[in-house]
Amino acid sequence: MIDLDPQMAAALQTFFEESRELLQDMENALLFMENAGADSERINAVFRAAHTIKGSAGLFGLEEVVRFTHRLENLLDQIRSGVTDLTPVRITLLLSCGDHIAGYLDRIATDSSLDQVFLAEDLRLLGDLAAQLGSSPVASIAPAIAPALAPTTLALTVPPSPEPEFSNSPGSVQTGNWHISLRFGLDTFRDGMDPLSFLRYLEQIGEIIGIVTLTDSLPALSQMDAESCYLGFEISFRSSADKAKIADVFDFVQESSTIHILPAHSQITAYLQLIQQLPEADQHLGEILVSVGSLTEEELQKALTLQDAGNQGGQHQPLGEILVAQKMVQEPVVQGALEKQQQQREHQVVERQMLRVRAADLDQLVNLVGELVIASAANSLYAAQSNAEERVESAAQVARLVEDIRDGALHLRMIDVAEVFQRFPRVVRDTARTLGKDIRLEISGEGTELDKSMAEKITDPLMHLVRNAMDHGIESAERRHALGKPAQGCISLHACHDAGGIIIEVRDDGGGLNREKILGKAIEKGLVTPEQQLSDQEIYALIFAPGFSTADQVSDISGRGVGMDVVRQNIEAIRGSIEIHSTPGAGSTMRIRLPLTLSIIDGFLVKLATDTFVIPAESVEECLEYPEQQGTVGYMVLRDQALPLLHLTGVFRFDAQPEKRRNVIVVRHGQDRVGMVVGAILGNQQTVIKPLGKLFDQVPGISAATILGNGDVAPILDIPALIHHHASAKHIH
Amino acid sequence: MNMLPAGDGAAQVGRWGGQYLIVQLQAEPFGVDITAVREIIAYVVPTQIPMMPDFVVGVINLRGQVVPVIDIALRFGRPATAIHKRSCIIIVDLQEGESRQRLGVIVDAVNEVLEFPGEQIEPAPQFGAGLRTEFIRGMGKVANQFIVLLEMARVLSMDEMAELAAIAAGATAGA
Repeated sequence: MIDLDPQMAAALQTFFEESRELLQDMENALLFMENAGADSERINAVFRAAHTIKGSAGLFGLEEVVRFTHRLENLLDQIRSGVTDLTPVRITLLLSCGDHIAGYLDRIATDSSLDQVFLAEDLRLLGDLAAQLGSSPVASIAPAIAPALAPTTLALTVPPSPEPEFSNSPGSVQTGNWHISLRFGLDTFRDGMDPLSFLRYLEQIGEIIGIVTLTDSLPALSQMDAESCYLGFEISFRSSADKAKIADVFDFVQESSTIHILPAHSQITAYLQLIQQLPEADQHLGEILVSVGSLTEEELQKALTLQDAGNQGGQHQPLGEILVAQKMVQEPVVQGALEKQQQQREHQVVERQMLRVRAADLDQLVNLVGELVIASAANSLYAAQSNAEERVESAAQVARLVEDIRDGALHLRMIDVAEVFQRFPRVVRDTARTLGKDIRLEISGEGTELDKSMAEKITDPLMHLVRNAMDHGIESAERRHALGKPAQGCISLHACHDAGGIIIEVRDDGGGLNREKILGKAIEKGLVTPEQQLSDQEIYALIFAPGFSTADQVSDISGRGVGMDVVRQNIEAIRGSIEIHSTPGAGSTMRIRLPLTLSIIDGFLVKLATDTFVIPAESVEECLEYPEQQGTVGYMVLRDQALPLLHLTGVFRFDAQPEKRRNVIVVRHGQDRVGMVVGAILGNQQTVIKPLGKLFDQVPGISAATILGNGDVAPILDIPALIHHHASAKHIH
Repeated sequence: MNMLPAGDGAAQVGRWGGQYLIVQLQAEPFGVDITAVREIIAYVVPTQIPMMPDFVVGVINLRGQVVPVIDIALRFGRPATAIHKRSCIIIVDLQEGESRQRLGVIVDAVNEVLEFPGEQIEPAPQFGAGLRTEFIRGMGKVANQFIVLLEMARVLSMDEMAELAAIAAGATAGA
C-alpha cells in the first residue's frame, strides 16, 4: 500500500496482529452475549476493541478502516448507553462488521485492492448500521442528523446528574460542569493525530458548553513550524460520564500532551492549582476559565486572592501538599473512577509484560537446543568412557541443565489449546445457521498446552471434523424430537494430556456412524470385499479413505468426500493419529492423539543385530526378557493375557542370527498393545528428530532418524505404523 | 525438473560446458558437474535403513544433518562398490522443483577437476557405454579418450528412487 520506513512497517505489522486479537476478543464477547445475554462489561469490551482499532488505524492513515469502524462505534455507543438493545439481529450485524474489518486488514496487509464484492459488502453493512441506528428512539426524532451526531443528541436527553451533596459542599464552584484543559504536544500532527477529532469525539459523550482556543504558544510566523501543533483548549464540558471515560477520549495523546480534567464541583483550590500549573499567565488563564463558563468572575477573584495569600507565604505549595489538597477534593465517585482507571492501567501493564517474539527465532532456538541435546549426550558418553568421576558428575549436571533448557525452550513454543478452540464458537454458530440446525458448542480442557506449529496444523482438520459432525452427525430437529432427544444438538471439543501426548476430541450427540452404510459404500467403491471380516474400528476407519463420502447429497458444508482422508493425512503429518468411537443413536467421538512436540522426544534405545534403533519412550509400557522356550509362536502370555509379538528382525528382513539375549518391549498405541522383540536394551536418551526425507517416506515402521551421542545415526521406529502393519499382516494370513 | 531427453543433438550438449569433478568408480572415470558437488568427505560407515533398495546404502550424520548415501554402481546395475582406503563420499545438492535434496555418493577415488568447453562434449552414444543413456549428459573428450559425464539429476532422481524404495518396502510389507 503505502511506502513505509522499516520501523513504521514493523509497527503496522503489530497493528495488524493486535487488531486481529481485538477482533477475536470482540467476537468472543459477542458470541458470549448471544447466549448469556448482554452485560455491560462485555459491551464495553466490544466498544473498546472497535475504538482502539479505529484509533490505531487513524495513526497509519487507513482512512477506510477509520470510516467504517467509526460507524460501527456509533452503534456500539448506543448499545453501550442502553439506548439500543443488543438484539440477536444486531449481534449478527456486529459479527459481520468484525469480519469486514478483518477483511479490510487482510486486504491492506496483502496489498490487494478492495474489489467490487468487498465494496458491496461495505455498503450493505454501512446501510445496516445506519438502519440499526435509525431505529433507536432518540435518533428517530432527528433522522436527518448524520449517524455520527446521534450519540450527541442522545447525551442531551440524559440530564447531567450533578450529585446534590456536591453542589452544596463549601468552597466548590457553582457550575456542574467538568473542566478540561488541553495543551496538545508539539508532535501531535506528526503522530497522525488531529486535535479536532478529539473534540468531536468528546462531543459524543457529552456537551461542550464553552470552549476557548489558546494560541499563546504560537510563535511568530517566521519561526513557526507548520507541522508542529501549538494549540491548547480550555473546555467547559457537561457530561454524565465518569473521569476515566473522559480521560479515555484523550488516550492516544495522553503521553505527549498536557491534559487536566477537573470534575464537576471541584474546589476552587483545584482550579487554582490548575491555573498555576499551566504555562500561560495566571490572570489571562483565569479570564479564559471565566469565559468558558467553568468559573464565575467571583470565583476567579477568590482564587486569585488565595494565590496571593500563598505567594506571600513565600512560595507555591510543595507538590506533596498539592496532592493532599487534591485528595481532599476527591469525592467518592471520583475516587471510584480513578481506581477504575488505575485498574485498567495495571491490566495494561500485565499485558505489556508479554513479549512478541518472531516464530522463526523460536524455531532457530529450538533447533540449537536440539543440537545442544546431542552434544550433551556425546559429552556424557565420553565422560563415562574417561572413568573420571568428577567429569562424569559435571557431565551429568550439564545434561540435567540441558534438559531443563530443552523443556524451557519447548515451553516457549507452547500455546493454550484455548487459542485453537476460540475460533470454533463462531464456526459452529454460522454452520448451524447454514444447516438450519440448533447446535450448541461445549468446550473443555482449556489450559492444555500444545506446540504452536502443531496448533496451526491441527486447526484445519479440527474445523473439518466439527463441520462434518454438525452436518452428518447431528440429526435434524424433527428427527431428534422423534427419537426423544433434546432438540438442541451438542458438539463438544475437549483437550487433555495423556501418556506423553495430547488428546483432542470432537464429540457429537448425533446418530453415530452408520456401520452398514459405510461398509456398503466401501464395498461399492471396492475398498473392501464383502467376505472380509472387519471390526467396528476398521469399518469406521474406512471413512478416511480418499474420496469416501456417505452423504447422499453434496452440501456446502461437506459431502464431497475430499477431506476426511486429508484430515488423516494432516494429522499423521504431525505424527498424530485419529481414531473413531461411535455408539449408534448416541453420537460419535473423533479422538486425535498428538505428540507433545515435533522436534525432540524421549527415546528408548534398543539394538537389533548390530544396529541401534530408537523407540519413542512415550509409547513404551514395560520391558521383559524374551521367554526363549516360547518357540516361534507370535504370542506370549503376559499376566494371563495374550500379547502379540512382533519380531523386528523379521519385519526389517535382517538375516542376522537370532541374538543370544532377546528382550520384549511392550508398546502401546491407542488401544493396541504389542510386544516388540529386540536385542539388547540400551536405555533412555533425549533424541532430536531429524527428518529422513522423501527417499524414506515409504519405509513402513520408520518415521525419522536421530543422531546419537557418538555421532551415529539411528532410525526412530514408527510404532503406530508397525502395529498397523502387524495387524494387516495378520489379515493376509 | 526440466530434463533433457537422452542423447539429444549436439547443439544442446554444447551448453553443458564447464568444470567437472572426475571420480573413479570401479576402475572407470566419470565426470560430475562441479556445481552440484558441495563437498567431499572421507568414507564413514552409513547407518543402514531397513527395507530400502540395495543402492541406498544408508544414512550418515553430516554435521547434524541426516544425509542418505547412494551406491551409484548398484544404480547402474553393476556389482556393489567395495570399500577401501581411498573410498570417499561426495556430497551433492540437487535442486528438484522447489526442494533441494542433499545426497552422498560413494566413489572409489576423486581424481581431479577438468574443464570441458562445450565443443569438447559429444552427445551420449545410444549404446556401448554400459549405462542407461539417460544417465549420461555427454561424453567429455580429453586426450583422445572419452569420459562419461553423468546427468546426476537423473542418476539420483528422487522420484524414481523413492518409487523403487516404495517397491522394495512394499515387497517386505507383503511378505
